Amino acid sequence: MTSLSVTIDGKTIQADEGTSVLQSAKKAGIIIPTLCHDEALEPYGACRFCMVEIEKNNRKKLVASCCYPVEKGLIVRTKTENVDKIRKILAELLLSVSPSGAHVDIAKQYGIVQSRFKQTENSESPCSLCGLCVRYCAEVKKKNAVCFVGRGIDRTIALVPGASDTCSSCRECFNVCDAGKIVYLVDMVQEISCLPLQSSQKRSI
Amino acid sequence: MEKFSSVEDLENHHQNLLSRRDSKKLSIAICSGTGCHAYASEKVVGAFEEQLQKHNLTVSVDIKRTGCHGFCEKGPIVVIYPHEFCYCKVTPQDVSEIVTQTIQQGKPVERLLYTDQKTGKKITLETEIPFYKNQTRLIFGNNRKIDPKSIDDYIALGGYAGLAKALSKMTPQQVLDEVKKANLRGRGGGGFPAGKKWETTKNAAEEPKYVIVNCDEGDPGAYMDRSLMEGNPHSVLEGLLIGAYAIGAHEGYVYVRQEYPLAVENTEHAIRQAEEHGLLGKNILGSGFDFNIKVHRGAGAFVSGESSALMSAIEGRVGEPRPKYIHTAVSGLWNKPTCLNNVETWANVPFIINNSAQWFASMGTPNSTGTKIFSLVGNVNNTGLVEVPMGITLREIIYTIGGGIPKGKRLKAVQTGGPSGGCIPEKYLDLTIDFDELYNVGSMMGSGGMIVMDEDTCMVDIARYFVNFLAQESCGKCLPCREGLRQMLRILNDITSGTALEEDMELLEELSEVVQMSALCALGQSAPNPILSTLKYFRDEYEAHLRGECPAKVCKALTQYEIDPAKCKGCGLCTKNCSVEAIEGKNKSVHRIKNDMCIKCGNCLDSCKFNAVVKTTGKQKEFLKKQITVGTR
Repeated sequence: MTSLSVTIDGKTIQADEGTSVLQSAKKAGIIIPTLCHDEALEPYGACRFCMVEIEKNNRKKLVASCCYPVEKGLIVRTKTENVDKIRKILAELLLSVSPSGAHVDIAKQYGIVQSRFKQTENSESPCSLCGLCVRYCAEVKKKNAVCFVGRGIDRTIALVPGASDTCSSCRECFNVCDAGKIVYLVDMVQEISCLPLQSSQKRSI
Repeated sequence: MEKFSSVEDLENHHQNLLSRRDSKKLSIAICSGTGCHAYASEKVVGAFEEQLQKHNLTVSVDIKRTGCHGFCEKGPIVVIYPHEFCYCKVTPQDVSEIVTQTIQQGKPVERLLYTDQKTGKKITLETEIPFYKNQTRLIFGNNRKIDPKSIDDYIALGGYAGLAKALSKMTPQQVLDEVKKANLRGRGGGGFPAGKKWETTKNAAEEPKYVIVNCDEGDPGAYMDRSLMEGNPHSVLEGLLIGAYAIGAHEGYVYVRQEYPLAVENTEHAIRQAEEHGLLGKNILGSGFDFNIKVHRGAGAFVSGESSALMSAIEGRVGEPRPKYIHTAVSGLWNKPTCLNNVETWANVPFIINNSAQWFASMGTPNSTGTKIFSLVGNVNNTGLVEVPMGITLREIIYTIGGGIPKGKRLKAVQTGGPSGGCIPEKYLDLTIDFDELYNVGSMMGSGGMIVMDEDTCMVDIARYFVNFLAQESCGKCLPCREGLRQMLRILNDITSGTALEEDMELLEELSEVVQMSALCALGQSAPNPILSTLKYFRDEYEAHLRGECPAKVCKALTQYEIDPAKCKGCGLCTKNCSVEAIEGKNKSVHRIKNDMCIKCGNCLDSCKFNAVVKTTGKQKEFLKKQITVGTR
């Protein structure tokens, strides 16, 4: 594997070609916050917490470090005014949906205890829609028993119809979900033997 | 059915068609685009068929169902050739008069002609109508001369000559160079140079390569791609074929939204015809070049117009965008190099190849060459599709072609670029329209939507409308777009209902900025544009809403109806028209509207003959204040 020289937060490091900025930073001991990332899964680029500022050819750009491949001579800054601004707002947005989960720690790091946004009513277990359970089931277990339903502000996680057949009850998705949503859904499946599409209640505007 | 095995075959067929076609023969062109179709143009066609039969004219007169002419405001449109008499709003009842007067005697039917709004005079010829006269109808002009179901109609007008030229006289590199030299920019939104995109796909290492037509047009009020795909599908296919030849692709897709049934039907029909004529398939026109096209029907998601989402959908997965740090031109459909362009972009290609890049670049501005089709809608007299050279001013489009604002009202703003575009205020009426100028004032070209708004429009309400649309149409994959739009919509709902506070405005601005910086795809990144552009030019309206006033008197929560005691005659007409019995008053004495019961439908104002009913705003403040303290937050 070819090695490339990149600069992250002023530190020049050697990164393997084909790896992401996030992976290279981690190798150099620089931690970038993530929510939807898991080394066992394909990069997804949905939570946007891992956004960093890159500079090449004297042009600056904000990118999701989990998806952005390292390039020769790339300059990366993981903490800038804009990056902080993004993470703060994202943490507040998630706090308005879900009071528990990995984002709470990120919020604390930025000194946020309470969101300025109105709370989104969600009677069931909170979910940040990071999609780890969906992707874990599809990519690692090859079962596709968990899916997204709906789009936009109506997006939610559900077990696919007949999931009791496809789901091998490995419960490995329990470990990837830090909000407890998936446990809730699976419990529901076990209660109802004939499973219709079990989506969580729609969130209200 | 003739199958062309060489360029000569096609040219011979072209000449044959021309020699068989008599340009002096009477022909009735009836617009059968979606707009006119909705106005029952099919019944007009039926009436013409019946009348021609009755007068034994079926042999000497042709009837043609054409694609959209663009002047949708006046549909159904009927044009009689060779006279070029243009009739507006034709009903089946008008047909017998047209046949006896125009077809039999060659005289125009005065009452069906277009009336000039300024002079009040009737205009006989189609080309003299200001709406058409001031356009440059390069791409769209053939729509009115073609039956979209007839490949011969297209060939008779020189169709597929560009393909023949490319295949027989040019190398793929020469075709690419020509398109690059023409500086054709993508008509779908971003305005990315098409030639550069083609080149990236052409030079990408992987095989096979794909080309795609993006006909997933979904902006509210925009329908130019639809009308082109419905009215002249062969022009798009020809452009795609030429592009595929230049790029080295042998497989192409037309992604059409399922909600465009006529576009789906006509595209599929055109592909079948092209296959039968040897213009698609193996060894096209004896050149050795193979190419096939498949139609993919979209399942109704706005976001699928985004290139990576569209490719996901063709692959059979949910149409959700993915990060494009490696461009789709290099790794797109099934991770293979894929060149995707919008309908209008492809339709430009045959013109460039036929007439040269230099000729093409002579139209428009140096950085935005050629023409652009806009869908001109909203508060404008001549609603319809207009094609103009880039660099024309907004004023020319709205006033010269569009005929100005109805009822003598004042223009307030123009919204361009679809939901993620921006609102341009009246002071920029003389702005020249091209990709860069629109971007500089905080809007964008987008695919060419142009919504004209008059003084009665509330700009906060407009922002709320577009944000609501985007909140429904976001795929929901990335956090800033999904939750950001939810919160933006909430705050806008609060502002329009008078329950927002000043800090909400600050939060809205901060959030908009973050969503713009951090969203995954172009939908999310541009989603705050309706807010940011209205804040930029109409901040005073936002501030008024915070004070409990809606200056345009649109937001229901901030307006009320009142009766002016000096003008009310006590006739009782408003009481009769009130559906909720919210008006009280004895006969011949001053009436009063009970605000707690009023649903603000406006029936009283419309029905009052003495202008005694007035709409007011700003008086709800105390009431709203009470609501806030009671605990909505």
